[in-house]
Amino acid sequence: MEPAGKPSERIRGDSGGDSKGGSLEKIMHELAVTQSILDTVLDYARENDVEKVLRIRLSIGALNDFKREWIQRYFDYLSTETPAQGAQIVVQRVEPAFHCSGCEHTFEVDLEGLDRVRCPLCGGEEVHLERGQEFFITDMEVI
Amino acid sequence: MGKVRLIEIKERILADNRKLAEQLRSRLAVSRTLLVNLMSSPGSGKTSLLLKTIEALGGRYRIAVVEADLDSTVDADKIAAAGVPAVQLRTGGFCHVEAAMVEQALECLDLAELDLIVIENVGNLICPAQSDTGAHANVAMTSVPEGDDKPLKYPVIFSGCDLVVLNKIDYLSLEPFDVEAFAGRVKQLNPNAPLCRLSCRTQAGLSCWLEWLEARLRAAVG
Repeated sequence: MEPAGKPSERIRGDSGGDSKGGSLEKIMHELAVTQSILDTVLDYARENDVEKVLRIRLSIGALNDFKREWIQRYFDYLSTETPAQGAQIVVQRVEPAFHCSGCEHTFEVDLEGLDRVRCPLCGGEEVHLERGQEFFITDMEVI
Repeated sequence: MGKVRLIEIKERILADNRKLAEQLRSRLAVSRTLLVNLMSSPGSGKTSLLLKTIEALGGRYRIAVVEADLDSTVDADKIAAAGVPAVQLRTGGFCHVEAAMVEQALECLDLAELDLIVIENVGNLICPAQSDTGAHANVAMTSVPEGDDKPLKYPVIFSGCDLVVLNKIDYLSLEPFDVEAFAGRVKQLNPNAPLCRLSCRTQAGLSCWLEWLEARLRAAVG
């Protein structure tokens, strides 16, 4: 478990005092990502005369280490007193998929199966990553 | 209460950063300066590779380094001692370099007088992979003692880079590191990125990296 507490309180601690080593860095990263999501959502909300944002859908490739629970938590904190306050973050996870150069087949691979990927149709090893790195805001439900 | 509407967004997360990164690339194209982003875990040998690069190419190209070590100036001091300008970004706990930080660093450098700037990113294989720094080329580096499974654990950084460097090959006789398995993993994630196997300590294989860099430099500097 990562330490609990409001993100703001955790940022203020200096990295030397962070017994979890590295988790502070991770928080900084996810806060920046969350801020970027909120900024985009609020831009669209202004342009579209939105009263309240209900739900935000993200499309995230499984290769991106991204935990919905934490993004939701940071989002709740950052979006206070904006039209996006209380919005629910929904993550559509995109599984990694490879394309086979031999037979043009595209197939999904789970994260544990990333080593020595072979085409399930022709057994070919000339494959390359086609999906799994997505990092998008898809849409939002608003009133 | 109003009706629920669906608003399509379809925007990349961190799109603002990418926009700024594009601006930096354009600016650097005008001054004919190549910007290279060097990423690895802590201790893979980023600073050593830079020192070898300065030694080999410093006479022919004007080089500067942007150092993003967490909160010290140890690496910047080493680079400065090698005789090239070094700008220390004190990222203060931040986990990666963003385009806005690079923009600040560029303010401290005379771009017209530089052919090559290398960003020594924060030692981290996760976060830097998601953030465009404005570099023209991204290099992912790892080293033999870290193990041959790094591409499996950190696929984003290895799939998004332009070159993979495997350092410390002088340790191969001491480590159960399967070079062919490593190369195969990299190739499946990123078939277009060449792999340079080298040792900064013995200098074996360094020419692979230097030739790759010089080809980029010739294209950028003209």
